[in-house]
Amino acid sequence: MNPSERQLCDGPAMEQLISTMARRLADARRAGVPLQLVGIRTRGVPLAHRLARELTPLLGSEVPVGAVDITLYRDDLGQAEHWPVLRGTEIPFDVDGADVVLVDDVLFTGRTVRAALNAICDLGRPASVRLAVLVDRGHRELPIQADVVGLEVATARGDHVRVRLHPVDPREEIVQIEAGSQAPPRNGRPEP
Amino acid sequence: MSTVSSPRLGPGAARWSRKHLLGLEDLVPEEILAILDTAESFAEISTRSRKKVPALQGRIVFNLFFESSTRTRTSFSLAAKRLSADTQDFSPSGSSVSKGESFIDTAKNIEAMGADVLVVRHPTPGAPHLLAQHLKCSIINAGDGAHEHPTQGLLDLMTIRRAKGRIQGLTVGLLGDIAHSRVARSNIWGLSKLGAKVILCGPPTLVPKAWERLGCEVTHDLDAVLPRCDVVNVLRIQFERQKRGLFPSVAEYSQFYMMTQQRLDSAKDDLLLLAPGPINRGVELTPEVADGRHSAILDQVTNGLAVRMAVLFLLSGRRESRGSSFEETDGHPPGRRPSQAPHPSGSGPGSVGAGDGLDQDRTRSGREGGPGGNPRP
Repeated sequence: MNPSERQLCDGPAMEQLISTMARRLADARRAGVPLQLVGIRTRGVPLAHRLARELTPLLGSEVPVGAVDITLYRDDLGQAEHWPVLRGTEIPFDVDGADVVLVDDVLFTGRTVRAALNAICDLGRPASVRLAVLVDRGHRELPIQADVVGLEVATARGDHVRVRLHPVDPREEIVQIEAGSQAPPRNGRPEP
Repeated sequence: MSTVSSPRLGPGAARWSRKHLLGLEDLVPEEILAILDTAESFAEISTRSRKKVPALQGRIVFNLFFESSTRTRTSFSLAAKRLSADTQDFSPSGSSVSKGESFIDTAKNIEAMGADVLVVRHPTPGAPHLLAQHLKCSIINAGDGAHEHPTQGLLDLMTIRRAKGRIQGLTVGLLGDIAHSRVARSNIWGLSKLGAKVILCGPPTLVPKAWERLGCEVTHDLDAVLPRCDVVNVLRIQFERQKRGLFPSVAEYSQFYMMTQQRLDSAKDDLLLLAPGPINRGVELTPEVADGRHSAILDQVTNGLAVRMAVLFLLSGRRESRGSSFEETDGHPPGRRPSQAPHPSGSGPGSVGAGDGLDQDRTRSGREGGPGGNPRP
């Protein structure tokens, strides 16, 4: 671990958080309404798959998982220094009339969730959309709140919170990086 | 219901940095793959009931067509609209061009109206390149004489890759009027850069031997090479570009080079048949072949939309294309246009830099050399 990082959660503890989140999603299950998980790329997708795996025994049925790429819905697209790479939205089911759970790793300003909501609503009309995040670190800029939260963390505005998840990252943990310290590269690449 | 074949984003997707798309000859294979991969992502949008994303909101795409076109111009317009850009068509008839205004002046006037992208078709080879030297906005070549038609080449590549799963190692026949065809040139560059073998076939007057210098096999005997082909791209006889007498008669041409069911029987069972359109039924191919199981003609049209969305999207990523310099002196993102200023709280570093998505590396692929994400101060 990088010396400027503070570990909030190791791999096994994160596993626990995900199990708890899955149980809360299962409790809120509505009979007769299809439940679908949609992960926000990048790390919302493996997280959604993990939740689905935990949900299967709780619900006694498979929960479909999709992925949404919010790139085309970003409110800062025109300001991006480097043009983002599209990774595609893959939602191989009909969201009409379903209870959709948006899944992301970290909830911060809420702008990503806003973009994801617009993306989902372009695909159809779900019966409901809820939000499940592994970490809520505060500092919202939009009136958006999560329905299911794994871990709430008090942070300064300039801090970074990183969730590392298989298979995107080699090891699993949640870390906080203080404002001012150089944030370590993700996936071996420098920060923008 | 919305599904997409998984986007195959190669490392090249991260490396797009061009302002213009003038031809496939200039591109490296990674750049071609970057467009094709991006197009795969955009293909999904066309399967939605609401076929629109807000990515290019506030941008203006201008179609500047000095030659007739329905398919290409409509396709570019629709592509721009699906990205929420505004589009405007310009046609020289009834415009100041008929009063003697020069080509560059016309284009500069359109740019002065705020065009971000000019989609240019012109009968003179190199016309879009000329505009690229004189204008600040992005130029897309939508066909310059018999030179190049890069988005057609790209949509052919996309159609082949979707049907065959690869380009590398395929044998692709280009059939018909090669000499007058910009589609042929863009196909040759694109296919050979991605590792396909290209066979050019047609009457000697339309398929000069000299084209072997482009690395292609040149033949005048369709029946001899057809069994080797994985793909045949049937090019239109360009009656409007030809001098008379390049072949004795349409009937004779059809006898030797028309794609008929009988000929298809000698071809590979999974032969893929492309035609850039418009097709002359009964000249280049028979109606039953055009509508038959080998034909991917309508897939090409669908894929053309995705390719053009990808090109418009990728070119719009260039700051210079938006008429702003790249210098950043005060920590504020430069070149923000009023229509794209979504943060009501001002443009201070705090409000711009670290939206949650941004912090979470949304904009970068999980690969080496991925592009940076956002304008973090």
